[in-house]
Amino acid sequence: MLARLLLGLLMMASATAALAAEPLALPKAKGGTTCVEAPAVMRRDHPDMLKHQRDETMRLGIRGAKASLKECVACHSTAAADGAPRRVDDPGQFCQSCHAYVAVKPDCFECHAAVPGQKTAGGAP
Amino acid sequence: MTQLSRRQVLLASGAVLIVSAAEAADSQSVRGQPASSARRWGLLIDTAKCAADCTICVDACKAEMGLTGHDRPLTDAQYVRKVNVKDPASGHTHSLPVMCQHCAKPPCVDVCPTGASMKRADGIVLVDRHICIGCRYCMMACPYKARSFAHEAQTGQQPHLPRGKGTVEGCTLCVHRVDEGRPPACVEACAAKAKGAMLFGDLKDSSSDIARRVAREATSRIRADLGLDPAVRYQGI
Repeated sequence: MLARLLLGLLMMASATAALAAEPLALPKAKGGTTCVEAPAVMRRDHPDMLKHQRDETMRLGIRGAKASLKECVACHSTAAADGAPRRVDDPGQFCQSCHAYVAVKPDCFECHAAVPGQKTAGGAP
Repeated sequence: MTQLSRRQVLLASGAVLIVSAAEAADSQSVRGQPASSARRWGLLIDTAKCAADCTICVDACKAEMGLTGHDRPLTDAQYVRKVNVKDPASGHTHSLPVMCQHCAKPPCVDVCPTGASMKRADGIVLVDRHICIGCRYCMMACPYKARSFAHEAQTGQQPHLPRGKGTVEGCTLCVHRVDEGRPPACVEACAAKAKGAMLFGDLKDSSSDIARRVAREATSRIRADLGLDPAVRYQGI
Protein backbone atom coordinates (compact mmCIF):
# COMPACT_ATOMS: atom_id res chain seq x y z
CA MET A 1 0.00 0.00 0.00
CA LEU A 2 2.74 2.40 0.98
CA ALA A 3 4.76 1.40 -2.10
CA ARG A 4 1.78 2.10 -4.33
CA LEU A 5 1.26 5.51 -2.71
CA LEU A 6 4.91 6.38 -3.17
CA LEU A 7 4.77 5.28 -6.81
CA GLY A 8 1.72 7.45 -7.33
CA LEU A 9 3.44 10.46 -5.80
CA LEU A 10 6.50 9.85 -7.93
CA MET A 11 4.38 9.70 -11.11
CA MET A 12 2.58 12.93 -10.22
CA ALA A 13 5.85 14.67 -9.55
CA SER A 14 7.33 13.54 -12.85
CA ALA A 15 4.17 14.54 -14.73
CA THR A 16 4.32 18.03 -13.19
CA ALA A 17 7.96 18.31 -14.13
CA ALA A 18 7.16 17.30 -17.73
CA LEU A 19 4.35 19.86 -17.91
CA ALA A 20 6.47 22.58 -16.41
CA ALA A 21 9.36 22.04 -18.78
CA GLU A 22 8.59 23.65 -22.16
CA PRO A 23 9.69 20.98 -24.60
CA LEU A 24 10.30 23.38 -27.44
CA ALA A 25 11.63 26.86 -27.86
CA LEU A 26 9.39 28.14 -30.63
CA PRO A 27 10.05 31.42 -32.40
CA LYS A 28 7.59 34.05 -31.17
CA ALA A 29 4.80 35.27 -33.42
CA LYS A 30 4.94 38.83 -34.72
CA GLY A 31 4.44 41.41 -31.99
CA GLY A 32 1.02 42.98 -31.57
CA THR A 33 -0.79 40.03 -33.11
CA THR A 34 -3.30 37.69 -31.50
CA CYS A 35 -3.89 34.15 -32.67
CA VAL A 36 -7.40 33.15 -33.75
CA GLU A 37 -7.69 30.68 -30.85
CA ALA A 38 -5.99 29.85 -27.55
CA PRO A 39 -2.64 27.99 -27.89
CA ALA A 40 -4.10 24.74 -26.52
CA VAL A 41 -6.87 24.79 -29.15
CA MET A 42 -4.46 25.69 -31.93
CA ARG A 43 -2.04 22.91 -31.02
CA ARG A 44 -4.77 20.32 -31.15
CA ASP A 45 -7.12 21.56 -33.85
CA HIS A 46 -5.11 23.55 -36.42
CA PRO A 47 -5.02 20.72 -38.99
CA ASP A 48 -8.81 20.35 -38.87
CA MET A 49 -9.35 24.10 -39.03
CA LEU A 50 -7.13 24.42 -42.07
CA LYS A 51 -8.44 21.36 -43.87
CA HIS A 52 -12.04 22.48 -43.45
CA GLN A 53 -11.23 26.01 -44.51
CA ARG A 54 -9.25 25.09 -47.59
CA ASP A 55 -12.27 23.45 -49.21
CA GLU A 56 -14.60 26.32 -48.39
CA THR A 57 -12.21 28.90 -49.79
CA MET A 58 -10.97 26.97 -52.80
CA ARG A 59 -14.16 25.28 -53.96
CA LEU A 60 -16.88 27.64 -52.78
CA GLY A 61 -14.98 30.92 -52.92
CA ILE A 62 -15.62 31.93 -49.29
CA ARG A 63 -13.03 34.54 -48.38
CA GLY A 64 -12.12 36.26 -45.13
CA ALA A 65 -12.57 33.25 -42.85
CA LYS A 66 -10.93 32.97 -39.45
CA ALA A 67 -8.59 30.10 -40.28
CA SER A 68 -6.13 30.94 -43.01
CA LEU A 69 -2.77 29.36 -43.77
CA LYS A 70 -1.65 32.64 -45.33
CA GLU A 71 -2.26 34.42 -42.01
CA CYS A 72 -0.45 31.65 -40.07
CA VAL A 73 2.62 32.24 -42.22
CA ALA A 74 2.27 36.03 -42.03
CA CYS A 75 2.42 36.00 -38.21
CA HIS A 76 4.76 33.09 -37.52
CA SER A 77 7.50 33.69 -40.06
CA THR A 78 10.66 35.25 -38.68
CA ALA A 79 13.29 37.30 -40.46
CA ALA A 80 16.95 36.38 -40.75
CA ALA A 81 19.69 38.78 -39.71
CA ASP A 82 19.72 40.33 -43.19
CA GLY A 83 15.97 40.92 -43.05
CA ALA A 84 15.07 38.15 -45.48
CA PRO A 85 12.06 36.11 -44.30
CA ARG A 86 12.75 32.54 -43.22
CA ARG A 87 10.51 29.69 -44.30
CA VAL A 88 8.21 28.50 -41.51
CA ASP A 89 9.14 24.92 -42.44
CA ASP A 90 12.89 25.47 -42.04
CA PRO A 91 14.49 23.60 -39.11
CA GLY A 92 13.93 25.48 -35.85
CA GLN A 93 11.20 27.67 -37.32
CA PHE A 94 7.64 27.74 -36.03
CA CYS A 95 5.95 24.95 -38.00
CA GLN A 96 8.92 22.68 -38.38
CA SER A 97 10.18 22.68 -34.78
CA CYS A 98 6.90 21.29 -33.46
CA HIS A 99 6.36 18.97 -36.42
CA ALA A 100 9.86 17.57 -36.01
CA TYR A 101 9.17 17.04 -32.28
CA VAL A 102 6.04 14.97 -33.02
CA ALA A 103 7.56 13.37 -36.15
CA VAL A 104 4.83 14.55 -38.54
CA LYS A 105 5.66 15.94 -41.97
CA PRO A 106 3.52 18.90 -43.02
CA ASP A 107 2.83 18.81 -46.76
CA CYS A 108 1.37 22.31 -46.89
CA PHE A 109 4.55 24.03 -47.99
CA GLU A 110 5.28 21.82 -50.98
CA CYS A 111 2.73 24.04 -52.71
CA HIS A 112 1.92 26.94 -50.37
CA ALA A 113 4.28 29.85 -49.86
CA ALA A 114 6.24 29.40 -46.62
CA VAL A 115 7.19 33.07 -46.37
CA PRO A 116 4.83 36.03 -46.15
CA GLY A 117 3.93 37.79 -49.38
CA GLN A 118 5.12 41.26 -50.22
CA LYS A 119 2.38 43.83 -50.00
CA THR A 120 1.59 45.29 -53.39
CA ALA A 121 0.20 48.70 -54.15
CA GLY A 122 -3.02 47.25 -55.55
CA GLY A 123 -4.07 45.51 -52.32
CA ALA A 124 -3.33 42.47 -50.23
CA PRO A 125 -0.78 39.99 -51.59
CA MET B 1 -46.35 35.44 -28.75
CA THR B 2 -46.68 35.26 -32.52
CA GLN B 3 -46.38 31.82 -34.00
CA LEU B 4 -44.63 31.78 -37.36
CA SER B 5 -45.90 29.28 -39.86
CA ARG B 6 -43.47 27.19 -41.90
CA ARG B 7 -44.54 29.16 -44.95
CA GLN B 8 -43.70 32.48 -43.31
CA VAL B 9 -40.29 31.25 -42.24
CA LEU B 10 -39.56 30.06 -45.78
CA LEU B 11 -40.67 33.36 -47.27
CA ALA B 12 -38.56 35.31 -44.78
CA SER B 13 -35.47 33.23 -45.53
CA GLY B 14 -36.05 33.84 -49.24
CA ALA B 15 -36.18 37.58 -48.57
CA VAL B 16 -32.88 37.36 -46.69
CA LEU B 17 -31.33 35.57 -49.67
CA ILE B 18 -32.57 38.22 -52.09
CA VAL B 19 -31.24 41.03 -49.86
CA SER B 20 -27.82 39.38 -49.57
CA ALA B 21 -27.67 38.94 -53.35
CA ALA B 22 -28.45 42.62 -53.82
CA GLU B 23 -25.70 43.57 -51.37
CA ALA B 24 -23.28 41.30 -53.16
CA ALA B 25 -23.86 43.24 -56.37
CA ASP B 26 -22.32 46.35 -54.81
CA SER B 27 -18.94 45.00 -53.84
CA GLN B 28 -17.42 42.31 -56.01
CA SER B 29 -17.30 39.64 -53.33
CA VAL B 30 -18.74 39.49 -49.84
CA ARG B 31 -16.45 38.26 -47.11
CA GLY B 32 -17.72 34.99 -45.68
CA GLN B 33 -20.10 34.42 -48.60
CA PRO B 34 -19.56 31.83 -51.33
CA ALA B 35 -19.14 32.75 -55.00
CA SER B 36 -22.55 33.33 -56.57
CA SER B 37 -24.02 31.76 -59.69
CA ALA B 38 -25.70 35.12 -60.32
CA ARG B 39 -22.38 36.12 -61.87
CA ARG B 40 -20.34 34.80 -64.71
CA TRP B 41 -16.91 36.29 -65.04
CA GLY B 42 -15.66 36.61 -68.57
CA LEU B 43 -13.22 38.32 -70.90
CA LEU B 44 -13.65 40.11 -74.19
CA ILE B 45 -10.47 40.41 -76.23
CA ASP B 46 -10.22 42.77 -79.18
CA THR B 47 -7.55 41.27 -81.42
CA ALA B 48 -7.35 44.48 -83.48
CA LYS B 49 -5.59 46.04 -80.46
CA CYS B 50 -3.32 43.05 -79.83
CA ALA B 51 0.14 43.40 -81.38
CA ALA B 52 1.93 40.24 -82.51
CA ASP B 53 5.17 41.06 -80.71
CA CYS B 54 3.53 42.21 -77.47
CA THR B 55 3.74 39.82 -74.51
CA ILE B 56 2.75 42.20 -71.72
CA CYS B 57 -0.19 40.03 -70.62
CA VAL B 58 1.99 36.91 -70.57
CA ASP B 59 4.71 38.65 -68.55
CA ALA B 60 2.19 40.15 -66.12
CA CYS B 61 0.67 36.70 -65.59
CA LYS B 62 4.04 35.13 -64.86
CA ALA B 63 4.91 37.87 -62.38
CA GLU B 64 1.53 37.77 -60.65
CA MET B 65 1.46 33.99 -60.36
CA GLY B 66 5.12 33.51 -59.51
CA LEU B 67 5.69 31.24 -62.51
CA THR B 68 9.33 30.40 -62.90
CA GLY B 69 10.50 28.23 -65.75
CA HIS B 70 13.46 26.03 -66.51
CA ASP B 71 13.92 27.52 -69.97
CA ARG B 72 12.00 24.58 -71.45
CA PRO B 73 9.18 26.13 -73.46
CA LEU B 74 7.44 22.80 -74.09
CA THR B 75 6.90 21.96 -70.42
CA ASP B 76 7.28 25.20 -68.44
CA ALA B 77 4.09 26.37 -66.77
CA GLN B 78 2.18 28.87 -68.85
CA TYR B 79 -1.29 30.15 -68.03
CA VAL B 80 -1.65 32.48 -71.01
CA ARG B 81 0.14 32.30 -74.33
CA LYS B 82 0.17 34.40 -77.45
CA VAL B 83 -1.04 32.70 -80.62
CA ASN B 84 -0.24 34.30 -83.96
CA VAL B 85 -2.49 33.20 -86.81
CA LYS B 86 -2.47 33.87 -90.52
CA ASP B 87 -5.17 33.45 -93.10
CA PRO B 88 -3.38 31.58 -95.94
CA ALA B 89 -5.81 32.90 -98.55
CA SER B 90 -5.48 36.61 -97.78
CA GLY B 91 -2.23 36.72 -95.83
CA HIS B 92 -4.01 38.61 -93.03
CA THR B 93 -2.29 37.99 -89.70
CA HIS B 94 -3.39 38.65 -86.20
CA SER B 95 -2.42 37.76 -82.69
CA LEU B 96 -4.43 36.77 -79.66
CA PRO B 97 -3.82 35.74 -76.08
CA VAL B 98 -5.21 32.29 -75.27
CA MET B 99 -5.77 31.22 -71.70
CA CYS B 100 -8.25 28.96 -69.93
CA GLN B 101 -11.54 29.83 -71.59
CA HIS B 102 -13.51 29.14 -68.39
CA CYS B 103 -16.10 27.07 -70.25
CA ALA B 104 -19.63 26.69 -68.95
CA LYS B 105 -19.35 23.01 -69.92
CA PRO B 106 -15.68 22.35 -69.22
CA PRO B 107 -14.37 19.04 -70.60
CA CYS B 108 -11.53 19.13 -68.04
CA VAL B 109 -14.13 18.81 -65.28
CA ASP B 110 -15.92 15.97 -67.10
CA VAL B 111 -12.81 13.81 -67.34
CA CYS B 112 -11.26 14.46 -63.91
CA PRO B 113 -11.30 11.19 -61.94
CA THR B 114 -11.01 12.84 -58.51
CA GLY B 115 -13.11 15.99 -58.73
CA ALA B 116 -10.03 18.20 -58.55
CA SER B 117 -10.86 19.94 -61.81
CA MET B 118 -13.86 22.03 -60.90
CA LYS B 119 -16.01 24.98 -61.86
CA ARG B 120 -16.87 27.57 -59.23
CA ALA B 121 -20.43 28.87 -58.98
CA ASP B 122 -19.39 32.08 -60.76
CA GLY B 123 -18.01 30.13 -63.74
CA ILE B 124 -14.28 30.22 -62.91
CA VAL B 125 -12.70 26.86 -63.72
CA LEU B 126 -9.99 25.83 -61.25
CA VAL B 127 -7.85 22.89 -60.20
CA ASP B 128 -8.14 21.86 -56.54
CA ARG B 129 -4.51 20.88 -56.07
CA HIS B 130 -5.36 19.32 -52.70
CA ILE B 131 -6.93 16.37 -54.49
CA CYS B 132 -5.26 16.51 -57.94
CA ILE B 133 -3.36 13.27 -58.56
CA GLY B 134 -1.51 14.58 -61.60
CA CYS B 135 -3.07 12.19 -64.14
CA ARG B 136 -3.26 15.00 -66.74
CA TYR B 137 -6.53 13.76 -68.28
CA CYS B 138 -7.73 17.38 -68.12
CA MET B 139 -4.74 18.52 -70.16
CA MET B 140 -5.62 16.03 -72.87
CA ALA B 141 -9.33 16.90 -72.75
CA CYS B 142 -8.83 20.67 -73.02
CA PRO B 143 -9.14 21.78 -76.66
CA TYR B 144 -7.41 25.08 -75.81
CA LYS B 145 -4.16 23.62 -74.41
CA ALA B 146 -4.81 25.84 -71.41
CA ARG B 147 -3.31 23.76 -68.64
CA SER B 148 0.23 23.06 -67.54
CA PHE B 149 1.78 20.40 -65.36
CA ALA B 150 4.30 21.11 -62.62
CA HIS B 151 7.00 18.55 -63.38
CA GLU B 152 9.45 19.63 -60.70
CA ALA B 153 9.46 20.77 -57.10
CA GLN B 154 8.45 24.42 -57.00
CA THR B 155 9.88 27.31 -55.04
CA GLY B 156 9.03 30.98 -54.83
CA GLN B 157 5.26 30.53 -54.84
CA GLN B 158 3.04 33.52 -54.29
CA PRO B 159 0.84 33.28 -51.16
CA HIS B 160 -2.29 33.59 -53.32
CA LEU B 161 -1.25 30.87 -55.77
CA PRO B 162 0.01 27.62 -54.28
CA ARG B 163 1.61 25.37 -56.88
CA GLY B 164 3.51 22.15 -56.45
CA LYS B 165 5.13 19.21 -58.15
CA GLY B 166 2.85 16.59 -59.64
CA THR B 167 -0.27 18.71 -60.03
CA VAL B 168 -1.95 20.40 -62.97
CA GLU B 169 -2.39 24.15 -63.02
CA GLY B 170 -3.86 26.78 -65.26
CA CYS B 171 -5.30 30.26 -65.51
CA THR B 172 -7.47 31.00 -62.47
CA LEU B 173 -8.85 34.20 -64.03
CA CYS B 174 -6.89 35.72 -61.09
CA VAL B 175 -9.60 34.50 -58.73
CA HIS B 176 -7.71 35.98 -55.76
CA ARG B 177 -7.96 39.43 -57.36
CA VAL B 178 -11.51 38.98 -58.64
CA ASP B 179 -12.71 38.15 -55.10
CA GLU B 180 -11.13 41.41 -53.95
CA GLY B 181 -12.88 43.36 -56.70
CA ARG B 182 -9.78 43.81 -58.85
CA PRO B 183 -9.40 42.78 -62.51
CA PRO B 184 -7.06 39.95 -63.56
CA ALA B 185 -3.38 40.87 -63.82
CA CYS B 186 -3.29 40.44 -67.63
CA VAL B 187 -6.23 42.81 -68.11
CA GLU B 188 -4.72 45.40 -65.79
CA ALA B 189 -1.31 45.22 -67.49
CA CYS B 190 -2.80 45.38 -71.00
CA ALA B 191 -4.78 48.49 -70.06
CA ALA B 192 -1.83 50.14 -68.33
CA LYS B 193 1.07 49.28 -70.65
CA ALA B 194 -0.49 48.20 -73.95
CA LYS B 195 -3.59 49.15 -75.92
CA GLY B 196 -6.24 47.83 -73.53
CA ALA B 197 -7.30 44.94 -75.73
CA MET B 198 -8.84 42.99 -72.86
CA LEU B 199 -12.10 43.72 -71.06
CA PHE B 200 -13.04 41.86 -67.90
CA GLY B 201 -16.48 41.73 -66.32
CA ASP B 202 -19.65 39.94 -65.38
CA LEU B 203 -21.39 38.51 -68.46
CA LYS B 204 -24.63 38.06 -66.51
CA ASP B 205 -24.82 41.68 -65.37
CA SER B 206 -26.61 43.40 -68.25
CA SER B 207 -25.31 46.81 -67.12
CA SER B 208 -21.63 45.79 -67.21
CA ASP B 209 -19.40 47.01 -70.03
CA ILE B 210 -18.63 43.49 -71.20
CA ALA B 211 -22.28 42.37 -71.30
CA ARG B 212 -23.28 45.50 -73.21
CA ARG B 213 -20.54 45.08 -75.77
CA VAL B 214 -21.24 41.38 -76.20
CA ALA B 215 -24.91 42.22 -76.76
CA ARG B 216 -24.13 45.02 -79.23
CA GLU B 217 -21.08 43.92 -81.17
CA ALA B 218 -20.07 40.79 -83.06
CA THR B 219 -17.93 38.52 -80.95
CA SER B 220 -16.74 34.99 -81.44
CA ARG B 221 -15.37 32.17 -79.37
CA ILE B 222 -12.58 29.81 -80.29
CA ARG B 223 -13.88 26.40 -81.34
CA ALA B 224 -17.45 27.48 -80.74
CA ASP B 225 -18.42 24.34 -82.67
CA LEU B 226 -17.55 22.26 -79.62
CA GLY B 227 -20.42 23.82 -77.71
CA LEU B 228 -18.42 24.36 -74.52
CA ASP B 229 -19.75 27.91 -74.02
CA PRO B 230 -16.45 29.60 -73.10
CA ALA B 231 -16.48 32.79 -71.03
CA VAL B 232 -13.65 34.27 -73.11
CA ARG B 233 -14.82 36.00 -76.26
CA TYR B 234 -12.76 37.48 -79.08
CA GLN B 235 -13.33 40.16 -81.66
CA GLY B 236 -11.67 40.29 -85.06
CA ILE B 237 -10.87 36.63 -85.54
